[in-house]
Amino acid sequence: MRTSAVDRITEFAIAAFLWAFRIAVILLVVVGSFLTLSSGKYSWETWSSLIVSGLSTGSIYALIALGYTMVYGILRMINFAHGEIFMGGAFAGYFVATLFASAGFLDQGPLPALFAVAVMIVVAAAFSTVLALLVERIAYRPLRNAPRLVPLISAIGASFFLQYTFRGFFGSGFYVYPDVSVLAQRVPIDFLRLRWVDVLVVVSAVVMMTGLYLFVMRTRMGTAIRAVSEDKSTAQLMGIDVNRAIVTTFAVGAAMAGAAGVLYALLFRQVFFFTGFVPGIKAFTAAVLGGIGNVPGAMLGGLFLGQVEAIGPTLFLDGLNVPSPNQLKDVIAFTLLVLVLVFRPSGILGERISGQRA
Amino acid sequence: MMNQTAVPEVAVDWRRALRIGLLGGAVALYVCLVGMVEVFDARALVAGVITLGQTSMVLAGVGAAYMAIRGQSLDRNRAALAGVLAGAVTGAFPAVLVVVSEVVNLRAMFLRASPGTTDVLTLGLGVGGAWVPILVLAVVGGATGLLLTARSDIRQPTSAALLALLLVGLFAGLLRPPLLASTVTAALGRFLLSDNGLTLPGAVFMVIAAVVGRLVRRRISLRSRLAALPPARKRALTPAALVALLLLVLWLPHGIGPFFAQVVAVVVLYVLMGLGLNITLGLAGLLDLGFVAFFAVGAYTVGLLTSTAEYGIALWPFWAAVPFAVLLAMAFGAFFGLPILGIRGDYLAIATLGFGEIIRILAGSDLLKGLLGGPRGIINIPKPVEVPPDHLLAGPIQIYYIGLVAALVVAFVAIRLRASRLGRAWIAIREDEDVAEALGINLVQTKLLAYMLGAAFAGLGGAIFAGLLGSIFASSVTLFVSINVAALIIVGGMGSIPGVVVGAIFLIGVPELFREFSDYRFLFYGAALIAMMLFRPEGLLPSRIVQRELHVPKSDENGDAPAEGDGPATELSPGTAG
Repeated sequence: MRTSAVDRITEFAIAAFLWAFRIAVILLVVVGSFLTLSSGKYSWETWSSLIVSGLSTGSIYALIALGYTMVYGILRMINFAHGEIFMGGAFAGYFVATLFASAGFLDQGPLPALFAVAVMIVVAAAFSTVLALLVERIAYRPLRNAPRLVPLISAIGASFFLQYTFRGFFGSGFYVYPDVSVLAQRVPIDFLRLRWVDVLVVVSAVVMMTGLYLFVMRTRMGTAIRAVSEDKSTAQLMGIDVNRAIVTTFAVGAAMAGAAGVLYALLFRQVFFFTGFVPGIKAFTAAVLGGIGNVPGAMLGGLFLGQVEAIGPTLFLDGLNVPSPNQLKDVIAFTLLVLVLVFRPSGILGERISGQRA
Repeated sequence: MMNQTAVPEVAVDWRRALRIGLLGGAVALYVCLVGMVEVFDARALVAGVITLGQTSMVLAGVGAAYMAIRGQSLDRNRAALAGVLAGAVTGAFPAVLVVVSEVVNLRAMFLRASPGTTDVLTLGLGVGGAWVPILVLAVVGGATGLLLTARSDIRQPTSAALLALLLVGLFAGLLRPPLLASTVTAALGRFLLSDNGLTLPGAVFMVIAAVVGRLVRRRISLRSRLAALPPARKRALTPAALVALLLLVLWLPHGIGPFFAQVVAVVVLYVLMGLGLNITLGLAGLLDLGFVAFFAVGAYTVGLLTSTAEYGIALWPFWAAVPFAVLLAMAFGAFFGLPILGIRGDYLAIATLGFGEIIRILAGSDLLKGLLGGPRGIINIPKPVEVPPDHLLAGPIQIYYIGLVAALVVAFVAIRLRASRLGRAWIAIREDEDVAEALGINLVQTKLLAYMLGAAFAGLGGAIFAGLLGSIFASSVTLFVSINVAALIIVGGMGSIPGVVVGAIFLIGVPELFREFSDYRFLFYGAALIAMMLFRPEGLLPSRIVQRELHVPKSDENGDAPAEGDGPATELSPGTAG
């Protein structure tokens, strides 16, 4: 198609539209924030609790996002079923938690409770890993050389299959996590509304992410994974077991997601078969936000998304007199996804899948 | 896995039979725990003889035996033995489930590890009957072995009879009302079908009919007679077949009763939307998972413009509102499409998914409650044609015809577009964006047109849907609409118009007919999507280009584990396991 006058006009219209879109979003954010802040309706108390909740959900997003980002890095594939792996972890944690609850572990002071939570996390991570390896073996591995859309569709299928398998096994109701009384208490700091569960979530997320970072950067296997992400065939020529690197990537990502499932459930106290879907998309957003394929980027993206989602509705929308702005927090998250994809597709820290880093 | 080449060997491969049996057992256990055995048990295949729950277990045994035997040239006894082994191992898993659920309270975890499941598995004997599934599946496996090695003049009629039993038994509930409705066929209906599955005499009759039919067909062999016809007669036959098909399609909603009319109306609307998404996905290769956004725009526009209740704003007639709805959906398509169409294909899927969610949340939110009614929605949307309730065009029937006409229009547009310059540009983009751009195709513009057209047809689908239901609620705007439409295209065959029809019949029509099993609908979707991608990525009725494209010879770009599955089609047809 030759460039004609009509083409140039449409091109101009498209550019104008995109600029108008940018300006509108920025205006909305600036004006909304200004109005909210100048109204002085909210105290530091409110803001701080929003920030804390953003921090804990954000670290959970970050943990899930690691799985997306690593799998994308190594296979260039969106593991659509990753959210369900996360949900599976939450379910596994639930059953362990009920065992501990009936043994009376959960309300006997901090140490037994902490032990119980640690066991829950380990079991959930193990279960999620098994689940992810099954999915990889059955639904992804045979399709490794297929055109890109094919494994994506298979992954969507796997996502639905897992959701409705869990629904068949456990029914469609909500499973309420047993009380861990210690976790619900406030941390004795006056100016912050902080519960122990938030501390637990953030600390364990940080520990796991550090562990993962060291694993990827310092170990032989981590080096192998990075090499395969960079260039499969060259890595193979160097004697790296490509298949093993891919499987390890899935396993590590799934373990993080399983652990995140338990943390999520401890935070929100319930789990059902659809639990994984929305956090899954959010975590993908976080991965894109940080720059897909980039491990520190996923962590940063998760924390950023958590904050935007927690503070955003109140900060941007409340000042504009939007009724019940919290209903729209997912709208803000998905708009952020679109904004990133449109205006900075390589994410905050940039994609690390193209070439400059070994 | 199943890629081992068929070695003409006489000895039974016991380890293979055992391995397949273990796999089959895992499947059987899964089917029990996911609740299918118990839920399907409510429906009988042959009343008083066998229920669907039991059938599912039998099919697991048949499938295991088939997989254990296929591809090997075994004599009859050895095949039967292999079948017995595979079947027995398969049956051992449910047997263990029966025992374990008696000893441990498995129900605290798996809701379906229930007495109901135990009853089905042991034929009502309770835990003492744990041997029942092993014995039954061993016998079934052995019988499968015998059947597979039998002479073809025994094998073919028997398989035909079993298949006929299965199909008629499944659809018994659907076939009975129309048979009973007319006095001529009422006696036949009562003889063949009970209100739950086939009657026993009916089952015997079906078996005899299938056997006779199969034998007669062998004698006559329709296909060879057709091939023997002189070309002039053959050419005359095609229009006759087309007319017959047309009549069938026109008659469909009147045939089997109001419930069926509703089902075919929904199927036709999904065909319409499928054809729309087919332009976006099938031709231009843009995976749009936010299709429901435009569906919602269409439905809400019609609702707002025509409703006689609270939120109606214009009181327009239905027909005036529809074009407006389509245009608005198209405008939304442009609005959403412009920012995102520059991004990579798999990102696009997620971004559009986000759009669908945004629209869904907005429709139910307090922000737009004053306009769209929030969760309470818009009601009292008038029917497109107001007729008395017993009129020829009452209720869903008129929607069926409207949808049919609309679908034909969309199909025509799609066919014409595919052959046009624009259509070829779309296909070029689907094949390779970079090359397409290098050839001078303006990517964003061309993609935008595909996206907007898809959006327009989604809006049309939504508008007619609003007319069908007479109301639109925030809860009808779900991700599942998008998934339904995308899945039916993928299963039917991307870019292929007959594929869309077939996909809609299988993924929308059949599940609608089995409403009581709707819990498992998306389970089957998921399994179907994975299975399609593994074994037939081009879909059931593919367009020729896509078929060629997806069957590229395997590159040895990376030498991961030996290539799995998806080899050249073996001489045997795919398995019968359900």
